[in-house]
Amino acid sequence: MRLKRGVLRRRGLVPMAHMIRLESVSEAGTGAMTMPQMNMVQAITDGLRHAMKRDERVVILGEDVGKVGGVFRVTQGLYEEFGDERVIDTPLSEGGIMGCAIGMALHGLVPIPEIQFADFIYPAYDQIVSELAKLRYRSGGEYSAKVVIRTPIGGGIRGGLYHSQSPESLFIHVAGLKVVCPSNPADAKGLLLAAIRDPDPVLFFEPKRIYRAARGEVPEGEITMELGKAAVAREGAHVTVIAWGAMLYEAFAAADEASKKGVECEVIDLRTLWPVDIDTIVASVKKTGRVVVVHEAPKTCGFGAELVALINEKAFLHLEAPPVRVTGFDSPFPYTLENDYLPLAHRILPAVLRTAQF
Amino acid sequence: MTTPEFHPFLETDPDIALFRVLRDDGSTDPATDPHMPDATLKRAYREMRRLRILDARMIVLQRQGRVGFYGAAHGQEAVPIATGLLTQKDDWVYQALREQSVMLVRGFPLEKFVAQIFGNSGDVLKGRQMPSHPSGREVNHVSWSSCIGPQLTHAVGTAWSMKIKKQKAVSIGFCGDGATSQGDFHNAMNFAAVFKAPCVLVCQNNQWSISVPTARQTITKTIALKARAYGMPGIRVDGNDILAVYKVMGEAMKRAREGDGPSFIEAFTYRMGAHSTSDDPTRYRSNDEVEAWAKKDPLDRLRRHMVHKKLLTDAQDKALEEELTAEVAAAVTAVEALPPPPRESLLEDVYAEMPWHLKEQLLELQNAPPAPGHGG
Repeated sequence: MRLKRGVLRRRGLVPMAHMIRLESVSEAGTGAMTMPQMNMVQAITDGLRHAMKRDERVVILGEDVGKVGGVFRVTQGLYEEFGDERVIDTPLSEGGIMGCAIGMALHGLVPIPEIQFADFIYPAYDQIVSELAKLRYRSGGEYSAKVVIRTPIGGGIRGGLYHSQSPESLFIHVAGLKVVCPSNPADAKGLLLAAIRDPDPVLFFEPKRIYRAARGEVPEGEITMELGKAAVAREGAHVTVIAWGAMLYEAFAAADEASKKGVECEVIDLRTLWPVDIDTIVASVKKTGRVVVVHEAPKTCGFGAELVALINEKAFLHLEAPPVRVTGFDSPFPYTLENDYLPLAHRILPAVLRTAQF
Repeated sequence: MTTPEFHPFLETDPDIALFRVLRDDGSTDPATDPHMPDATLKRAYREMRRLRILDARMIVLQRQGRVGFYGAAHGQEAVPIATGLLTQKDDWVYQALREQSVMLVRGFPLEKFVAQIFGNSGDVLKGRQMPSHPSGREVNHVSWSSCIGPQLTHAVGTAWSMKIKKQKAVSIGFCGDGATSQGDFHNAMNFAAVFKAPCVLVCQNNQWSISVPTARQTITKTIALKARAYGMPGIRVDGNDILAVYKVMGEAMKRAREGDGPSFIEAFTYRMGAHSTSDDPTRYRSNDEVEAWAKKDPLDRLRRHMVHKKLLTDAQDKALEEELTAEVAAAVTAVEALPPPPRESLLEDVYAEMPWHLKEQLLELQNAPPAPGHGG
């Protein structure tokens, strides 16, 4: 069953107090005068509108993206502004959406398909993995398909196993794809525009838990950000904590508590998961010698595994403690016990302290 | 209140009948003859003749270990050749396994085509695809998926883009009978119809998906009648009758070009050879069946028509065969001498620009000892 947004709200898509504190994270928009306050949803809508105004090749297609503006209202107002040929309600078929988006892109459009929940992306997986990711390579560089796939990711909204998954590593593993996951409104808009400008196909994962909870200033008009650049969201000397998306705020909360015990965390917001900003990670790990990776996805073969392998390859002799992963468990995403499943601050903090004291 | 009546489709349904033009004696049914101009007929015969020679040569080269794989169109040449003759410059073609020759008819050079089969440095695709998976931007020709079916939705997406851009162009997507069991077939048919995309979706029903007969793919009487459920016109054509294919394909393309939406064509035909050079069809089908279809050979039928119309003599045919055999041999000689693609090309075109991790892996590749076997 597909949950409607109203249901999600009733089921407690509520901000946690410490989520709303993002000005320090964003590098975007420096130099702008007065900037509007937006949440993630509004910032992404603003980015889409800007891209569609700038480039008439951009089209949006997906389930419920038109008149109703998406189940999370991310495309709200765009149907009225750009019409039903550019903001297209499709049949309920992720495979069809993705296959057609690829055909459109081959012919020169810039489609931005929305997959209603990342959990629904698997019917399109063959199209993304076997076709989209490989088009440039398999054609000797003659063809490419510029597609930006937007999809809400992650748990914490009581959505059960069909509305909560974090499948990022399934796409990071596939050569030819780029993977982005912003943590705040300004980054969301900036990275979305960067993804649309980028010549390669991009998975743009939107952390739905903070769609409305994360608020901040967002520059109007164009934002120039680059893919592949992480942010040092909080500086600290003792333990590097790597996170992205909604879990960044859990890392902050754990860092606040750790600080009270004299342990200072350096929190890195990856922003682009692949290609990952290895330089920022290695520089931080060389400084702290200790690292904790946090992600919602299951532990085994999660992106944390790759990050730890990279850290071992590139900074092994700087490590003072074994790298630690705080992640979702290797189970399907649960409904009632989701807060036990998620790597929230209560699980990050002990890992940070253990690592610091190793 | 009466009980609703559930009934199967009837033999008299138009999408169950087989559309034909060519008769066995080489004459045509005047009611259906598309009246192809003599020059077009001659071109069709030449292309079909060349394809038959090319396919036979490639299978020999595979047996000799000079190319790695091949999927021949033997028995199914009428559909790709007619398609190639009908397409215009801005049209796009998404092939399945047995329609690679469309790109040759549309002007893709034979040498580059053969280089794709060798996968060497003459190959536009830099040796990255198996033989029989070619593509060529210069003729808007896109390769297919060996997973079977995805290219159909790409054809629809391209047609949809043509509609959004208000181009009077057509996108053509091919599949075999096996692909009609895939979700992508449904997605393509449904999206094409819902969005009235200017495309022609074509199923070459050669009755075998490797070893599995069409009866195991579907129990509908024909594949063409599936179109009815999607709300688009569908027709079943004799796929070994190039005049019939030319006519229905031409009409379907005209419909698309004029904004009347998509059409579906089932070309009923037969795969004369093995599925590919990796297959042994004697394990699953009888010689009698193959011999019966040999009598319906599309090249022989077109030849009889050419003779009937006095467009071809035996002497001309013999001279043509010699000329085309020499053309294919020359292409093979020119291409086979080329070196493999440079080793470094293995990591190019994964992304538009090489990211840091591939730069690291490129160094690893360059520092590795020479690969054993058929590596660069």
